[in-house]
Amino acid sequence: MKNIARRSVAPVIAGLVLALGACAQGSATKTDNAPATAGGPVTIRYMNFSANGGHEKDLDAIKAAFEKANPSIKVQVETTPYDAYFTKLQTAVAGGTAGDTFELNYENFVTYTKSGALAELSGVDAAAYKPSLLEAFQADGKQYGLPESFSNVVLFFNKDLFKAAGVAEPTADWTWKDEQAAAAKLTDKAKKVWGDYQPISFFEFYKALAQSGGEFLNSDKTASTFNSAAGKQAAAFLVGKAGKTMPTEADGAGTPDFDSKLFKSGKLAMWHTGIWLFSGMADAPFAWDVVVEPGNAKKASAMFTNGVVVSSQSKNKEAAQKWVSYLTSSDVMTDLRLKTSWELPPVADEAKLASYLKAGKPANRQAVFDSLDATVLPPVVERQQELQDAVTKELTAAAAGRKAVDQALADAQKAVDALLK
Amino acid sequence: MTATTHGAPKAVATTRHTRGAGSRGRAWRNRGWVLFFLAPSAVPLLLFTAVPMISSIWVSLHDWNLISAMRWVGLDNYTDLLTDEQTREVFLHTLLYCAGYLPLVYVGGLGLALALNQRMPARAFFRAAYFLPVVTSWVVVALVWKWLLNPSNGLVNTILGALGLPEPGWWTDPTWALPAVILSSAWKDLGFVMVIMLAGLQAIPSDVVEAATVDGAGPWQRFWRITLPLLSPSTFFVVVISLINGFQVFDQVYVMTGGGPQGASQVVVGQVYDLTFRYGRAGEASALSWILFAVILLITAVQIRGQKRWVHHA
Repeated sequence: MKNIARRSVAPVIAGLVLALGACAQGSATKTDNAPATAGGPVTIRYMNFSANGGHEKDLDAIKAAFEKANPSIKVQVETTPYDAYFTKLQTAVAGGTAGDTFELNYENFVTYTKSGALAELSGVDAAAYKPSLLEAFQADGKQYGLPESFSNVVLFFNKDLFKAAGVAEPTADWTWKDEQAAAAKLTDKAKKVWGDYQPISFFEFYKALAQSGGEFLNSDKTASTFNSAAGKQAAAFLVGKAGKTMPTEADGAGTPDFDSKLFKSGKLAMWHTGIWLFSGMADAPFAWDVVVEPGNAKKASAMFTNGVVVSSQSKNKEAAQKWVSYLTSSDVMTDLRLKTSWELPPVADEAKLASYLKAGKPANRQAVFDSLDATVLPPVVERQQELQDAVTKELTAAAAGRKAVDQALADAQKAVDALLK
Repeated sequence: MTATTHGAPKAVATTRHTRGAGSRGRAWRNRGWVLFFLAPSAVPLLLFTAVPMISSIWVSLHDWNLISAMRWVGLDNYTDLLTDEQTREVFLHTLLYCAGYLPLVYVGGLGLALALNQRMPARAFFRAAYFLPVVTSWVVVALVWKWLLNPSNGLVNTILGALGLPEPGWWTDPTWALPAVILSSAWKDLGFVMVIMLAGLQAIPSDVVEAATVDGAGPWQRFWRITLPLLSPSTFFVVVISLINGFQVFDQVYVMTGGGPQGASQVVVGQVYDLTFRYGRAGEASALSWILFAVILLITAVQIRGQKRWVHHA
């Protein structure tokens, strides 16, 4: 009987071993995290999204230059589209297969810091970075990441449409009132030409709020403060555009590439969007330029920044930090980013940015730097995505006429406060 | 599937018949080999279905954002979800989806089966054509429907406009987002119901139908008194499977509306996905999955108990 049992179990065990062996092979990436054996080069994995869609070659060039300067370190780059990146990263961190280094946008930085997923960086050469950007990647006075790039939002405008309508072109002194008046004159629904486009979303709202002199959260981030007079102005400004001078959701607004297609087809006069679209609009068949965004009580331009971090799970933290320092502060990187309009390098020395001004369309690239005089970063909390979704949801309800603006703002404040507890 | 239900008792009888004395020992000795041959499918099933399912019970008792350490919260996730307004909303949308989808797909599938059970030219072609969407990827179908139902330049609204009918906002209008999803789902699954119903129709003995005809029953009477009652096992199968699938609706919602606008078409599984991967609330997402599991189990159990009243096994 014993014999039979043993004989009958043997194939089962063999099968299990085979199956498990196959699984173990599937997670081969894990072995890359192992510390280097004496003598051999160390391999550092780097996960990122911002090279996706056109800048893969540029990242490879930075990597090649780094490996040449540091022969004992090899970098393994993994590029994922932005849409899928954070899902992948989250799962990788949970499963212990995250790269030694990875990219985080500023909005996600707090969540990852609080979760203990990041290693503290010591001995950072602070002088190399723009101070405000370096601070953005600190928490509790410790440096948990290095700024990698930044970009901001300006007002794009179609010069031909302004000329045809006999409206004066926007200047850096414009306020909301000037923008609204011009948008009304430029909108020609019969010709399907719209005066203005600015997404009705969290990202535009916190900026409009800052332009009106309001604050999104209180100083210790325990409660939201945007349901204020300034907040009402900001919400009314955005919501008031929908259907009047700006296409609505039903017209297709909010779907991917809707706004860029509209602008490029010459049917949009003014467009609030990021400088990352400069290269995409270079071949637009009409004259266009950019200007600092109009303000309300004051000027405030949206600024976005990406950073790179070292995983707390990394077994080669020292080599990892070498790579992230190179990736964020080397001259090779600065030159490449400027030459290819790949956002802007986070360097402290602004003289290094001079070539950007002459890198082609639009003519008024100076507006990009002028916007930096008064910037606003997004409010960031641990439950960031929920906060963003809650605000956008209420504002879209108001824009579609399903809710009064004041009610939407009050509801958004209530939802956000619940997330801060 | 219905065929197995009918065939099951017979199959059992045959096995019993061939089992001679002493076969018990041989069966025991063969068990190792049986397990060996089962292993290629059983091991992945255990590893990738059973283990994650069981660990999701563990996760559902914790507060966990996937990247930080897990914190034990007991049944808090369940009590929070059961009192949450949003849970009520996503279950309501899922119920509305089922209520719209089931009649459409059943009546449509039955109609097709009746039509394609007749002698007609190119019958095989039509049967295959209607089944094609069933084996097509949901992402493809949902994208095609999203284009067809584009509020500003989609084919459907262009036709409606030409006929002077109102042009709904479909996936941009909270009122129409769920109907848009229902419509595309019913279209895709029609072929599946059609195949089940065709099999059911062909299993109806012709002598019963002939006898009814001789007794003077018209086509309408034959349909209500003969066809429909004798199709009840197929109907039962379609209803059970469609409801189970209906409660788990996700792909088409994710692709067509993303749960929007403003959460108007958010369904339970969509909420599970968003909670986990968008909001990093894996504990609550796991708890919501188990609540959904309980609901589906309950509904299916009620249906199985209730079938005695209306399902006629021939």
